[in-house]
Amino acid sequence: MPKPLSRAIVHAFLIAYSFVAVAPILLVVMNSFKARNAIFGAPLAPPDSQTFSLIGYAKVLRSAHVGSWFANSLIVTLSAMALTLLFGGMAAWALTEYRLRWTNALALYLSIGIMVPIRLGSIAILTMMRAAHLNDTLIALILVYIAQGLPMAIFILSEFIQQIPRDLRDAARCDGVPETRIFFEVIAPLLRPAIATVAVFTIVPIWNDLWFPLILTSSETTHTITLGVQQFLGQYITDWNSVLAALSLAIVPVVVIYVIFSRQLISGLTAGAVK
Amino acid sequence: MATLRIAGLEKAFGAAKILKGIDLDIENGEFVVLVGPSGCGKSTLLRLIAGLDGATHGEIFIGSRRVNDLEPAARKIAMVFQSYALYPHMDVRRNMTFGLKFSGMAKAETDRRVAEAARMLRLEALLDRRPRDLSGGQRQRVAIGRAIVREPEVFLFDEPLSNLDAALRVSTRVEIAKLHRLLGATMVYVTHDQTEAMTLADRIVVMNQGEIAQVGRPLDLYYTPANLFVAGFIGSPAMNFFEGAVKGRTDSAVSLSGAALADFELPARGFPGEAGASITVGVRPEHLRIGSDSGFRFEATVELVERLGEVSYAHARARDGRAVVAELRGRDVPDIGDVVTLGAADQDLHVFDGEGRRVELE
Repeated sequence: MPKPLSRAIVHAFLIAYSFVAVAPILLVVMNSFKARNAIFGAPLAPPDSQTFSLIGYAKVLRSAHVGSWFANSLIVTLSAMALTLLFGGMAAWALTEYRLRWTNALALYLSIGIMVPIRLGSIAILTMMRAAHLNDTLIALILVYIAQGLPMAIFILSEFIQQIPRDLRDAARCDGVPETRIFFEVIAPLLRPAIATVAVFTIVPIWNDLWFPLILTSSETTHTITLGVQQFLGQYITDWNSVLAALSLAIVPVVVIYVIFSRQLISGLTAGAVK
Repeated sequence: MATLRIAGLEKAFGAAKILKGIDLDIENGEFVVLVGPSGCGKSTLLRLIAGLDGATHGEIFIGSRRVNDLEPAARKIAMVFQSYALYPHMDVRRNMTFGLKFSGMAKAETDRRVAEAARMLRLEALLDRRPRDLSGGQRQRVAIGRAIVREPEVFLFDEPLSNLDAALRVSTRVEIAKLHRLLGATMVYVTHDQTEAMTLADRIVVMNQGEIAQVGRPLDLYYTPANLFVAGFIGSPAMNFFEGAVKGRTDSAVSLSGAALADFELPARGFPGEAGASITVGVRPEHLRIGSDSGFRFEATVELVERLGEVSYAHARARDGRAVVAELRGRDVPDIGDVVTLGAADQDLHVFDGEGRRVELE
């Protein structure tokens, strides 16, 4: 097959996939700026001067809880991400750097965590959180999300740590750098691209998660934004303006975080370390 | 600065024995080069001295301290790696001071040491640069500087010049030699390059298969190799070897014969081998002469002549098919296909017994 043709096919696939991925988001954002009649009358039309309306946003922002839902989502997502990176990084370092008796068994145990979905343990988690008096707290969510993110984080970070030249750690040891400082001041800075990757992988499912907020939080003060939006969906009447506006707003933080981290997804940071 | 003593050192990875009992005494201020083919255990030995790996058996003393159970930094060593191993996210100054800050050193002292090392290695203008903005030679100088500022008792070099291009290798080699004179420090240097070993070392330790084959001053190793391995390893092009047997012996001489050789006699008092014992005769390419009428001589067909200017190397094939290299001086070199008689004087021959050990002839 001639090169240009195969490239065209590849691009056609990519464009098609991008369209499938982006279209629903575009539809949500577009309709969030339209009046209720226009949402139902012509759902695929972009807002024009007749149909443009900010009523959804006005309602959402007036609502007492939306601010705290956003705050909850941010607290849970960012804390879980930070702790997943911290513990994941340290565990990955320990598993790759120190050959102990249980290293292989431990690595295997953790990789099982990648294969088994954490939701299978929902009931056990719920009982556990109740017993620990943590139900209906953000801490419960954070703990669950750390457990959910750790196996993958350890897996990815281990791969990256193995690529850091051995000599670098040996040099630091000869230099008298304590082991913890070797990790935080020599290894971790070199892991920045990997950390950004893991951060993005960790954040998106947490931010979007409906399941655990639904079973672990009951009061409106501990709802996350994804769960909070459900309030606008009624059994008989659904306030589509508010739902679409809240969802559009909910997209913003993830996009911002993604943009911040994608800047770190630059490889070649280790250039100059060896050779 | 300190002496370094290694006693009965062994290292095994699982069933594989990498080091099989190393004993070595290194004087204060001595420059010792560990040399050997890859896989001989020289780098492993260096890593054990550094404390990066633990020994299976044996002891290591730096000065009077037994350091087996000490961390690398506590052993007061500094190591320079083949890959430089600079911290890529730190500038040159921080690369040199990073380790010092954990020893609680005062800032004034740190600054003094960095300034001194930078002056010695001509790094003053580079102190604020990152490793990625430096050339290979500059990076290696920074790596050496990082070792110097620690003011270690023993410097360890792990093939520090292998990643440099040929010209830079020569100049950096000279710098390391100067540095050794200037600092007067004990240095252990691992290389597979025998030119580096010969030019830098006070003493060379030749290693083979986890054991020390010979320890000695460079010229001693060259002129009186203790065994076949050292004889073949030191010197380039390598020594030519001829297997043979003892034909007969008297009190003052031994007569030898070999497949490729004319029978000949060597003056030797108390030659250990009985008649029939197998021996190997070695002769360096530089000692072979065309048209020699000495006792040790053989015929060979010239297959290739490499002309380097002051010398030429004639690659020839002896009667029994073995390849032989002769170093020839001057312009008068044989043509390809010529059959020549090559020989060497008695005092230039190295004789090894059936176990490959050197036999002293006089």
